[in-house]
Amino acid sequence: MASSKPRVKVPKTAKKGDVIEIKTLISHKMETGQRKDKKTGKPIPRKIINKFVATFDGEQVFAVDVEPAVSANPYIKFNMRAEKTGDLVFTWVDDDGKSYTAKKTLTVN
Amino acid sequence: MKQITRRQALSICGCALTVAAIGVRPAFAANDHKEVISKFTGGKDVKEGKVSLELPEIAENGNTVPLSVSVESPMTKDNYVKRVVVVADANPRAGVATFHFSPASGVAEASTRMRLAQTQNVIAVAEMSDGAFYMAKRQVKVTIGGCGG
Repeated sequence: MASSKPRVKVPKTAKKGDVIEIKTLISHKMETGQRKDKKTGKPIPRKIINKFVATFDGEQVFAVDVEPAVSANPYIKFNMRAEKTGDLVFTWVDDDGKSYTAKKTLTVN
Repeated sequence: MKQITRRQALSICGCALTVAAIGVRPAFAANDHKEVISKFTGGKDVKEGKVSLELPEIAENGNTVPLSVSVESPMTKDNYVKRVVVVADANPRAGVATFHFSPASGVAEASTRMRLAQTQNVIAVAEMSDGAFYMAKRQVKVTIGGCGG
């Protein structure tokens, strides 16, 4: 789905030792697999983002196993302790096997 | 007055029973939340405390209910929160999300938005790095359920 555009909010700079707040959002329908097509009565197959991972310089900082009970356009907020300058990479994994990524650089001074 | 035949009587009873069954079911829809929690803890004891759940008391729209969970912990290499599972006890399926933290998280706090099909309890269970488990539970009253269609 081309419309699954991730959005991430990370402070550009932080002081060493500060705990920063990271907000992420991806547009996605998060079809639960519980709903039925109103016309045909057939169940609509599940299609959700099932995994979210955040890494800093290649090391996992935070991750979420996502279930269908997470709302459409999943929003995830979490924290990280800023120790050094580096790259934050965010990955969302779709049920269909596709994954979406976003990257942000954090400068620590 | 026409006498009711045996066949008619049976069909009336059948209808009444069906209505009763449909009416009762959603109110006591027990799901797999106990299994999800015991799988998470491996059957170990879970203590109350340390975990706090931030949820609205009344959710007008069950499609998007803001949820925040935090766990008291110094979040050092030797003492941190490993994982937190969030379950809802009357959704079609109990699991909501499992958050994986690390010492680099700084604080064990996460927020998201969840679907709630009806008024129910939301439970969070945290696994600490020393193998202990803590939990918190909160009820959310839902005005419009979030599993329509």
